[in-house]
Amino acid sequence: MCADFTEWLYISPQNDNAPPMEVGQIVFIIILALTFGFAFFKYREIINTILLAKKVDLEGPVSSRFKNLFLVAFGQKKMFKNFLPAIFHLFIYVAFLITQIKLIEIIIDGVAGSHRILAEPLGGFYTFVVSFIEILSVLAFVATLVFLYRRNLLTIPRFNKAEMTRWPKLDANIILLAELVLLVGIFSYNGADIVLQQMGVAGYPDTGALVVSSVMGPLLFGGFDQSTLIFIEKAGWWIHILAVFGFIVYLPYSKHLHIFFAFPNTWFAKLRPRGRMENMPEIMNEVKSMMGIGEAEEPAGDMEDIPEFGAKDIFDMDRINLLGAFSCTECGRCTAACPASITGKKLSPRKIVMDIRDRAEEVSAKLKSGDKKYIREDKREEDEKLTPENFDDGRSLFDYISSEELHACTTCNACVEACPILIDPMEPILKMRRYEILTLSSGPSDWMPMFTSLENNASPWQMSDERDKWKEDLD
Amino acid sequence: MSEKKLFVKTMAELAAEGKTPEILFWVGCAGSFDARAQKITRAFCKVLHNAGVSFGILGTEESCTGDPARRAGNEFVFQMLALQNIQTLNAYEVEKIVTACPHCFNTIKNEYPELGGNYEVLHHTQLLRKLIEEGRIKVAPGDKDTKITYHDSCYLGRVNNEYEAPRKVIDSLNMDFKELKRSRANGLCCGAGGAQMFKEDEPGDKRVNTERVEEALGEDPNIILANCPFCITMLSDGLKEKDKQEDVMVYDLTELIVKNNNW
Repeated sequence: MCADFTEWLYISPQNDNAPPMEVGQIVFIIILALTFGFAFFKYREIINTILLAKKVDLEGPVSSRFKNLFLVAFGQKKMFKNFLPAIFHLFIYVAFLITQIKLIEIIIDGVAGSHRILAEPLGGFYTFVVSFIEILSVLAFVATLVFLYRRNLLTIPRFNKAEMTRWPKLDANIILLAELVLLVGIFSYNGADIVLQQMGVAGYPDTGALVVSSVMGPLLFGGFDQSTLIFIEKAGWWIHILAVFGFIVYLPYSKHLHIFFAFPNTWFAKLRPRGRMENMPEIMNEVKSMMGIGEAEEPAGDMEDIPEFGAKDIFDMDRINLLGAFSCTECGRCTAACPASITGKKLSPRKIVMDIRDRAEEVSAKLKSGDKKYIREDKREEDEKLTPENFDDGRSLFDYISSEELHACTTCNACVEACPILIDPMEPILKMRRYEILTLSSGPSDWMPMFTSLENNASPWQMSDERDKWKEDLD
Repeated sequence: MSEKKLFVKTMAELAAEGKTPEILFWVGCAGSFDARAQKITRAFCKVLHNAGVSFGILGTEESCTGDPARRAGNEFVFQMLALQNIQTLNAYEVEKIVTACPHCFNTIKNEYPELGGNYEVLHHTQLLRKLIEEGRIKVAPGDKDTKITYHDSCYLGRVNNEYEAPRKVIDSLNMDFKELKRSRANGLCCGAGGAQMFKEDEPGDKRVNTERVEEALGEDPNIILANCPFCITMLSDGLKEKDKQEDVMVYDLTELIVKNNNW
């Protein structure tokens, strides 16, 4: 039975007179095409969603961007603030990166119907690369088990906050379990192959002694008959590649998207000093003209729309804010460091970032639907098509993020410092505060006397004393 | 030093005398109006005086830098205050500023340039370090048995990446110093930043300053040192809540220099 299934599953390597295309090959090519076709559209959709937000002019030297990309993304520098998770994460990460080399051969084999096409031409180098991957895979396997243990059996506070509802937790476990499946695939594929080589079965070229499989293979599969071994080898190969394809398809829906997006996110991360909030030139110029200073700015265009300041929805965020939201792995280091969160307030920086992604996905899906009920009411008659410009579903980020959360932020930058991939969870909070104060004229009631006092006394406190009265007590 | 009364002149007074001081001391709202922070202001004046640093203040011409307004979201009020300050500073052709408040320091240093205000800005701990290293002030060794710990303010530490200057000053005090568990980049906020100083905490399990004070008390210090008038208020309030205000003192670094030197 096994042999029949193998025949169907994959080109039989020992059959030199086989027809040019076997069923397995055709199935592989179809799955490959479907995967990459789907991925193309899905990832393009995410990029278009990010592009819904405001354009950002990149400032600062390109050398700093390279530095961030290499040290923070490739080098995992910020992960190592916390050594233990960092080292296990590093195992999985390096295994993931290096395994991509092997993927080249797997895809060639799948399309061409060959078997380990690079083994003979590369010789000893092939043994070295595959052995290297095997060591990393063992480490990744251990790390994955540790992560499953940490997430499910230990109570680590950052994995158990309010925003870690059913889906984020399930998402994390799906990824970890899929990794285990993938790794089991690799070792079945290599292990059975070694035994088949030792049996001298035709079509199984010498790979040299693979460091893990040459021990594990005979141990696990020694004494199995040939057709069972071929089945295990083929099944392992298919499990591995299907897990890889599964990842590609699953990632756009998952927090695990960071394995790709962390790289652009560190590259595009803003380089301005942390203490510099984004300036609002339109307000600066208005105040300047009020004070009669600066060059006379032209009055801001046609004022038919009442200007809105700050951010109400994803359209008012910038593209780096949205890229950050899609890059977030929901690790919760930001929330674990947040003084508001630590003291039991509703604010959790991770939730802010997750909310932005959720809202962005909601907007994107509604725009994709083309449903005219999402056209802003005053445009519904004249406009034919739903566009980002006329979009209004009566919802905004304020339906996800409450004022209570926004008001709890101390702007201490602990979340910014904590993020291993340079996401800034604080900037969106401050943009939404600006919307509250400047556009809605609302906010914490305690702040109203502060604003009044700042306007009238140039001090946050209502003081009747002179500003330099303290001098009187100098001795 | 107390036999001669110390006079602090405003930039207007100095300008009238045709003098340009070495540095402008930006006092800030807390340093000007808050009774506790006024002591720090006076202590810092003493240090400057003893170091022979010529300095001026803006006096009534100084306004809030706008930091709490901007972080609360009120950009209009921020711009009004900031542009006014920049006009004043530029009128006196100020080049160098020192301030004992990390929020003033941050805003003038990082946010004023975009609005047309470019100055060399120092936090007072940075100037203190410099004065000590240049030998312009000598710090008399303190009591070796006094246990001190240090709270990093967010806006000097994490935001402006200055962890060393205050620690160099602490070294010069020669007292029994111990770091808090959460220090430097991992320092925990006092709870005052982002205009929280001017409102009640949002509902939660406890106040942020309570959390921080509990951590500090874990080190059993005699003195908690800080570099920010708002942190000092928050830490003092936290100690009061724990009824520890008699046992543990909260000081600015400047104050210990003055204390050790008996100025």
